[in-house]
Amino acid sequence: MHKGLKALIWIGIAVLGAAALGGIALNRGESINAVWFVVAAACVYLIATRFYAGWIAARVMTLDGTRATPAERLNNGRDFVPTHRWIVFGHHFAAIAGAGPLVGPTLAAQFGYLPGTLWLLVGAVLGGCVQDMMVMFCSVRRDGRSLGQMARDELGRVGGSAALIGTLAICIILIAVLGLVVVKAMTRSPWSSFTVFATIPIAILVGIYMRNIRPGRVLEGSAIGVGLLLLSVAGGGWVDSHPAWRAAFDFDSETLAFFVIAYGFIAAILPVWLLLAPRDYLSTFVKLGTVLLLAVAIGLLGPEIRMPALTRFVDGTGPIFSGQLFPFLFITLACGAISGFHALVSSGTTPKLIARETDIRLIGYGSMALESLVGVMALVAACVLDPGVYFAINTAAGVVGADPATATATITSWGFPVTADQMQALARAMGEETLFARTGGAPSLAVGMASIFGSAFGDGLLAMWYHFAIMFEAVFILTTLDAGTRVARFIMQDALGTLWRPLGECSWYPSVLLSSLLVVGAWGYFLYIGVIDPNGGINILWPLFGIANQLLAAIALTVVTAVLVRSGKLRYAWVTAAPLAWLVVVTSTASLQKLTSDDPRIGFFAAAADMAAKLAAGALPPERAAVAPQLIFNQQLDGWLTAMFLVLVWIIVLDMVRGCYVHLRKRRAPLDTETPYVPTQLA
Amino acid sequence: MNPRPGTLLTRAWRALRQLSGDDAYERYLAHQREAHPHEPQLDRRAFYEREQERRFSSGPTRCC
Repeated sequence: MHKGLKALIWIGIAVLGAAALGGIALNRGESINAVWFVVAAACVYLIATRFYAGWIAARVMTLDGTRATPAERLNNGRDFVPTHRWIVFGHHFAAIAGAGPLVGPTLAAQFGYLPGTLWLLVGAVLGGCVQDMMVMFCSVRRDGRSLGQMARDELGRVGGSAALIGTLAICIILIAVLGLVVVKAMTRSPWSSFTVFATIPIAILVGIYMRNIRPGRVLEGSAIGVGLLLLSVAGGGWVDSHPAWRAAFDFDSETLAFFVIAYGFIAAILPVWLLLAPRDYLSTFVKLGTVLLLAVAIGLLGPEIRMPALTRFVDGTGPIFSGQLFPFLFITLACGAISGFHALVSSGTTPKLIARETDIRLIGYGSMALESLVGVMALVAACVLDPGVYFAINTAAGVVGADPATATATITSWGFPVTADQMQALARAMGEETLFARTGGAPSLAVGMASIFGSAFGDGLLAMWYHFAIMFEAVFILTTLDAGTRVARFIMQDALGTLWRPLGECSWYPSVLLSSLLVVGAWGYFLYIGVIDPNGGINILWPLFGIANQLLAAIALTVVTAVLVRSGKLRYAWVTAAPLAWLVVVTSTASLQKLTSDDPRIGFFAAAADMAAKLAAGALPPERAAVAPQLIFNQQLDGWLTAMFLVLVWIIVLDMVRGCYVHLRKRRAPLDTETPYVPTQLA
Repeated sequence: MNPRPGTLLTRAWRALRQLSGDDAYERYLAHQREAHPHEPQLDRRAFYEREQERRFSSGPTRCC
């Protein structure tokens, strides 16, 4: 393209972005159209990908288009395959896009729209995208090695083990919290339960189709599956309208939690082709399709933002999760801004597909930018709801009271007016019994999406849209649950193998059973406790997940910072060291508050002591007293887990700083841990 | 790698097939013919099974 034309396009994007941001800034006090958020964010990400990532690519990574990538050198036609950059972009984006950036922003909306939007933008541009891209770059220059292997090579055994423990911990907490989100969405909702249950036989059917009937015809199988999934949404409505069927699919949270745990175990030991692989195909199509649809609907409809820029809950008294804006906004948003989990994918399948080094900027940085944009859209979906409705859906009964009149009175007294009638009418429109205290983020997101879809494509189908959105979330949450259990199982088998060698053999059936049981038991425990917690469970589990995820991000940034410093690029080390320092500050502050706060709504040990005192004084109602001992134990366990995360972060960071200091002080020659240069043969 | 010339629609279709892995077997056959012409080739079903097993046993494929 002509150089002048290119410059003109970039100036256009910059002006458009500035205008959108200006529109948001100048409209304070009036209602703002959601389109401005999406446009402003998209422009910011485009400019950052073009210029900041471009600068990092040229100066820090010094990407070299003439250097053969592992995909070219080690091409085996299977995992190492040079692939067109847009195809790799699609693969990578589908792999990193998950439920986190949907749930996190939904919860963080309790602070108002401004803090969440700003951190999604700033965190992704300076932190998350940089992390993903730098890890990918390091892996490409090292034959596609994984983060765990690079941590061992660059930081030594301590860093390597820490990365492994971090990965295992994050998998377990992640699965528990996502399981909780699904359970809460299905509780006492026959329509949702039927639709989500139906996804299992549908996936199995598609699995058999793709393996036995038309082997490898992925698109045919997926098309049939997606059609059946849509039918199951409609079928749920039919079930909901028939009293006998309705009763058969009407479950409480505890029963559903046991279903999810049993499902998780069975899915983990079934062959991949039968359930996991077809579910993965279906969830990818449904996910990409729905995200696209949401973007189109926001563009068509232009809904107004109803949430204020800042709410009173920045002071730490938030009903959805407790704690002040700093550090808990950053812990809560986690995935949409910086996600440690992405470092595993960026050093996993993706670097083995990259055909040309210069593609890393688009694939590594660009995919995360798009993921963050999805987070902005989730935030928009939460903020277009009436704030009173938003709080009524997302606040647990333990906080505002189980009775609709009490709950609405409490929420109205916070300055967010809502009435019981309004909630009843909304629930009826969505085809649900009630929308009070539907914690976990999924129902609120589904109501938000249904309102947007309903207004953009016809209001008559609100209940259908609502349950479509629930199905969309459940399908890929269950995929993550399956895949995550498997990842944790391999790590577990590896660890068990050091105790007794045969247990380390991945395909030995007793080892598969034992390690699956251990992994499912671990996340099942947290899921069960989350379900019996009258405060909704998400209040405890989501911050724990956020801390674990940011810990993994800190490990990833530590590895790449060590690489930069020791390869003689000290003056560019701030590119990764600055986000690392921020993460260490955030995770340390959050962990310390969770450990030492006197406020039982924030501190784990304070909560345990508070509940023990109330139990001893007989101040708890009987149904709460019955579960109190388990909740007290769990608060203490969470406390110790948080302490472990905190210690891990500091061990890794100090170990890295020591290594870099020794390297610099002894004026050692730059360390080259890359595979040697080979010129590319690709045209 | 190099998209053969074609209309926009056929190119989009080809991209979709590659993105979803629908054409994985054909690409495998092409690779085998070129790189290992004398080795026996897996049939469609065996290849599909092996690929799915590999895909989900080589580290995280899906994120939070």
